Amino acid sequence: MSANPDFEPAVGRYLHLPIQGKPHRLYVEEAGAGIPLVCLHTAGADGRQYRGLMNDAEILSKFRVIAFDMPWHGKSSPPSGWQRAEYKLTSRAYVDTIMAVVDALDLDKPVVMGCSIGGRIVLHLALEHAARFRALIGLESGAHAEPYYDLDWLHRPDVHGGEVCGAMISGLIAPTAPEADRWETTWHYMQGGPGVFKGDLHFYTADGDVRSRVAEIDTAKCPLYLLTGEYDYSATPEITRDLAARIEGAEATAMPGLGHFPMSEDPARFLTHLRPVLARVLAASKAS
Amino acid sequence: MTAITATVEGIAASANADAWLVHRGRFLDATFLLGVGDTSYLVRIHHGRVEAIAKGPFVMPRATFSLEASEAAWRTFWQPVPPPGCHDLIAMIKTGALALEGDQLPFFANLRYFKELLALPRPSAQTAAAAGVR
Repeated sequence: MSANPDFEPAVGRYLHLPIQGKPHRLYVEEAGAGIPLVCLHTAGADGRQYRGLMNDAEILSKFRVIAFDMPWHGKSSPPSGWQRAEYKLTSRAYVDTIMAVVDALDLDKPVVMGCSIGGRIVLHLALEHAARFRALIGLESGAHAEPYYDLDWLHRPDVHGGEVCGAMISGLIAPTAPEADRWETTWHYMQGGPGVFKGDLHFYTADGDVRSRVAEIDTAKCPLYLLTGEYDYSATPEITRDLAARIEGAEATAMPGLGHFPMSEDPARFLTHLRPVLARVLAASKAS
Repeated sequence: MTAITATVEGIAASANADAWLVHRGRFLDATFLLGVGDTSYLVRIHHGRVEAIAKGPFVMPRATFSLEASEAAWRTFWQPVPPPGCHDLIAMIKTGALALEGDQLPFFANLRYFKELLALPRPSAQTAAAAGVR
């Protein structure tokens, strides 16, 4: 037995809360103290994607980093009765889930940072709840994504779901990503429940289309930062630039050498882009 | 510039030398047509081993599916660090650089296998740097 176990700073707990009137049990991880920074994982993955942030002493000294697994994902449970219907994420359910967690934890004007589907939903948050947030950070954000393969391949009995989901997303990781982080990121996808990645992509490719509304986003109410990896062929830097061009005051940055999962595939490289954004959030908080 | 035929035909030996790749393909039996510009190859896989890579032209080729791209696209894909959009089969399908046709089931059921098989000609960045390749 070790007298000095090598624990990381993060602590995980299970949170019981109602979402859209149904009882839920969600896994919530957090580390650090300061401004709440809620981190949203990508489709078909879970909060482990933010392990880089959760272990960064500098960020943890100023931010309370919180990552929860969406219902159906990671260590969170699906709601009871899940076995009787196909899982399909909607904009409404996604926004309501985030607001339910923010309310349950009684967070005061948190920053929300989301990636991919999370990068999309921060746009919905900006439209519906801007006053509740200090800043919104969209990673791999676009107002819409066209499907570029038949999503049925992700969930059918004659193709292994974990194998195909992992292999499908592997190319969204930049070729320069460190091997261990690349395969950790892939592993999370290999562990997703049947049909969950596909169900999230219903939001990403259909229900969450927000192209007609993004121009209404008011960045004076809540700043919006957009960071996109150059190897992301799903939400490309061009798609993010197009999004930023429609929103007055939104800032888009392309990140060389990163793909669709910047915080997970290459945390060190990603943090070089995130630190200046967090510094501005801090400066704005001190000024106000 | 390496002759492209030697590169393609070299996939067989590289694949069969990779015991873990062969193991992961152990339930795979398929012949697929690999198109490199105007040249076609039939790649025959049995229990994960590449049994033959035959160079066309073929009069009536039979394949489970085909993957076809220009020679320039494959050369870019096989660079040690390919540029964005040319670094992955699915990315190339999205941009239209790569065409996938035929019965896609064995391709998607063994997607990691096929991605790694077709990336075998790509030197690792470290190997390439050591050999002065760019």
